[in-house]
Amino acid sequence: MSSITSLNRAQIAKLVAQTLPDGVYVNLGIGMPTLVADYLPEDREIILHSENGILGMGRTAIDHEIDYDIINASRTPITLLEGASITEHTNSFAMMRGGHLDYSILGGFQVAVNGDLANWITDAPDAIAAIGGAMDLAVGAKNVIVMLDHTTRDGQPKLLNACTYPLTGISVVDWVYTDLAVIEVKDNAFHVHAMVDGLSLEDLQAKTEGKLVAETPPKKILLDKNQQPYYSN
Amino acid sequence: MINKIVSSHLEALEQIPNGASVIVGGFGDAGIPFELLASLQKIGTKDLTIISNNAGTREIGIAGLIKNGQVRKIICSHPRPPLSDVFAQAYRAGKVELECMPQGTLAERLRAAGAGLGPFFTPTGYGTRVAEGKEQRVVDGVGYILEQPLHGDFALIKAHLGDRWGNLTYRWAARNFNPVMSTAAKNTIAQVDRIVELGEIHPEHVMTPGIFVKSIVLAGAGNV
Repeated sequence: MSSITSLNRAQIAKLVAQTLPDGVYVNLGIGMPTLVADYLPEDREIILHSENGILGMGRTAIDHEIDYDIINASRTPITLLEGASITEHTNSFAMMRGGHLDYSILGGFQVAVNGDLANWITDAPDAIAAIGGAMDLAVGAKNVIVMLDHTTRDGQPKLLNACTYPLTGISVVDWVYTDLAVIEVKDNAFHVHAMVDGLSLEDLQAKTEGKLVAETPPKKILLDKNQQPYYSN
Repeated sequence: MINKIVSSHLEALEQIPNGASVIVGGFGDAGIPFELLASLQKIGTKDLTIISNNAGTREIGIAGLIKNGQVRKIICSHPRPPLSDVFAQAYRAGKVELECMPQGTLAERLRAAGAGLGPFFTPTGYGTRVAEGKEQRVVDGVGYILEQPLHGDFALIKAHLGDRWGNLTYRWAARNFNPVMSTAAKNTIAQVDRIVELGEIHPEHVMTPGIFVKSIVLAGAGNV
């Protein structure tokens, strides 16, 4: 297994971006999900929502474009697309909680086989609660994608039978994209759709506490000469 | 004649007593009434409960009030953005209490208060730690928790333009929590970048109608 190359954050973000269809409304959570904005396919109109009231976010602002009244959820100055709108907070969260967003892409500490998500506080004794918009995004969007490393730094699984950290939402996660695999969460199991080249299902199961399922052989995730990920049978 | 314009921060803020609950606008650094908060810090009003999205960053704004020992409790959704060490130290030292809730629940609790509604059911947080101690109900297969309206004695908000009737506009995403917060307090004080004549703000462009605002003061009026 030493020959396995796990995906970096940009490569995971690229795989997520490729799944988004034309015309969808998407919220990108803070952390790794914000990278997805850099890889949106140019042939599709994908409208990004930011919880502080922006619909139609553009790229990061540079130089004279920087205005500290135009920021994203990570407090970074951004640009607005033609057609963008700005609203106040209850309206912004009505978009989220009310099921109007097609995709919510979130970071995560842990995901369980039943779709439970934990991403707002650890069990460290001095941890301080910080919920932000995560719980509203977890319950509200039509599809919830979670991006995370497959294991912790010391190799402990993050895809579990049951989350050990306090929950963000119950049975909310639809898809998980990790540095090793693309997994659909349904019917109380992790359904493996793709894995990085060279990894076997047994290898992946060894890094995963929850049960892995593969109805059809998972696709391979390969890297082209520019280190861009693509799928192959 | 209605004239909600006050000439100094002191005149606007001296009505806030020790122990008051104060709603504070803003998200990130956008829409925070930093100038009013700096004046409140100089006045030294104590034992405050602050209701805001965050708990302050660096040593200004809400963080300045905390560092100055003026805050008893923070009610917010996200107290730990980067550079929020003043809050973290005060919290870990037991000097400040924290009530943390989902951001959409914070916004809607303020809306319920401002709109004269009672408690409401939200799916956000169902089955999680934030549901503990609250009534929970499953309706048509969806779990909900009962959340209470959140009133404040005062609201300090930041707007862009204001007139003597209290009509307000906001700049870009500095709007965020400010409109709903203006409705949720008994006494809303708006700091504005510029004061304009009645009618200069087109009726279709007024974002907060003046009925929700008790006083407006120029951000630069200082005088504390």
